[in-house]
Amino acid sequence: MEDVMMLQAVERYIRGEMTADERSYFENLRKTNPEIDQLVVEHSLFLQQMEDFSERKNLKAELHHVHAHLTEKGEIKPAELVGKAKVVYLWSRYKRVVAIAASIAIITTLGVSMLVNTLSPKADNSKLQDLSRDVNEVKIQQNAQKREVDNLKNKIAVTQIPFRTAGTGFMIDGKGYLVTNAHIVRNARNIFVINNENDQFRANVVFTDLNKDIAILKIDDKDFKSIPSVPYGVRKSSTDVAEPIYTLGFPRNEIVYSEGYLSAKTGFNGDTLSCQLGIAANPGNSGGPVFNHEGEVIGILSTKETEAEGVAFAIQSKYIFNVIEQLKKSDTSFQKVKVPVKTTLAGMNKPQQVKKIEDFVYMVKVN
Amino acid sequence: MKEETNEKDLLRGLAKNDRKAVETIYSDNYNTIQSLIINNNGTSDDARDIFQEAMIVLYEKVRSENFELNCQIKTYLYSVSRRLWLKKLQHAGRYVTEVGNLEATVPVEEEVEDHEKKDVEFDMMDMAISKLGEPCKSLIEAFYLQKKNMQEIAADFGYTNADNAKNQKYKCLMRLKKIFFTHYKNGNP
Repeated sequence: MEDVMMLQAVERYIRGEMTADERSYFENLRKTNPEIDQLVVEHSLFLQQMEDFSERKNLKAELHHVHAHLTEKGEIKPAELVGKAKVVYLWSRYKRVVAIAASIAIITTLGVSMLVNTLSPKADNSKLQDLSRDVNEVKIQQNAQKREVDNLKNKIAVTQIPFRTAGTGFMIDGKGYLVTNAHIVRNARNIFVINNENDQFRANVVFTDLNKDIAILKIDDKDFKSIPSVPYGVRKSSTDVAEPIYTLGFPRNEIVYSEGYLSAKTGFNGDTLSCQLGIAANPGNSGGPVFNHEGEVIGILSTKETEAEGVAFAIQSKYIFNVIEQLKKSDTSFQKVKVPVKTTLAGMNKPQQVKKIEDFVYMVKVN
Repeated sequence: MKEETNEKDLLRGLAKNDRKAVETIYSDNYNTIQSLIINNNGTSDDARDIFQEAMIVLYEKVRSENFELNCQIKTYLYSVSRRLWLKKLQHAGRYVTEVGNLEATVPVEEEVEDHEKKDVEFDMMDMAISKLGEPCKSLIEAFYLQKKNMQEIAADFGYTNADNAKNQKYKCLMRLKKIFFTHYKNGNP
């Protein structure tokens, strides 16, 4: 109650409502009592705040009235665009939003398509044609008959088996390990590899990596005699764009040489597993080795673009090491498989290199 | 010359809260500000808010003791609105290039900052009053805002006499002060 009376006195003092006597008494009190003085200062500040508040509040209300009034009279036009057309206005207002939305859409689309690409590398099969060759049955039989004369030992097996597809493979270890494409030997029941001298051996798949499209075959035939070393090495690092390259393969029943150049370090749609080659490749070249001019294997020819001629893709050779590592992990009996890294062909001209290499490139026949 | 006196009259009217003056200033300037805001990513609601704030800044300037306006009302309102809108855009984190760079402007940074400080205080008081609860809120508003005298208030609120109303008002005032100063001290270290 005392507080209330004091506050009342202070307010009357500030508002000048005191009589002269009261006033001088109060001023005296203020001088002697610092608490009262403090209260006066505080309360004047507060009253000032209240005054500002009330002024501003009244003005705000007034402005609202005026706004409504003027809108009614039509002197100001709300929501109407001055100067610019509506579309331009909306565009300038939302262009940032639109830009952000568009980039998110693009990123999402790219992300999804990249995911799809990485998760299912075979999704592009419609545009890419596996280079494995569907072997004409009649031709096969002719060949088989020819081989019947040449090779009595394998005659019976060959004539009984109509081959489904054929591709190329190449030796990476003299003990009979070959590299080819996984798509050639997919769902294979019997696999035969035939070298340039028409020696035919039975082989088994020891490892496939469908994602990388690499398969490792092992010749499993009593007629096969292991070879101490292969003349070429497999390159671990990537090759420069525009470097001349060549390949050997079996698009026919005879080894075929063709040459070109490395066009890009990545493959179809930026696939980092492979690289792009400018080379004439045909069905049957699939799985064949791609050599650089020093006779190093830089890739495994795997697919070609159906929509453009002379464009082919090769799996980068470094993934051979990768796959061999996996093979070693999968079974201890493969511990001794060694990928050659040193080429003995450097400095030789092409015909000499090919002469050395051709014995290690095999036709892979599958049924 | 005539225009100049006209402007002075308008400002004097504004200082006295004269409806006619406010209306004239409003209708003379609103459309310019609206096109400024709308052409710079704003809506007509934004335009209304910004313009009314600019009006308050002008009002505060007119009311201040050492009032002196060295430019046209139009230029002043435009400068303040532009500054306020820039701040709002920056606050919303939008990228701002240049807002309406064709019109003449005067420096108004200080006034705008002053205004913002007062705005904070206004909100504080608004909040304190709304926290007060009835009948204190209406009592305080009637006395300090609508400036009714105690007899009227006593009659309106059904107190037996003015002294009773006065006592009640002071009780309410004490509470209001307490709420307000707690926030005031916290808000302004």
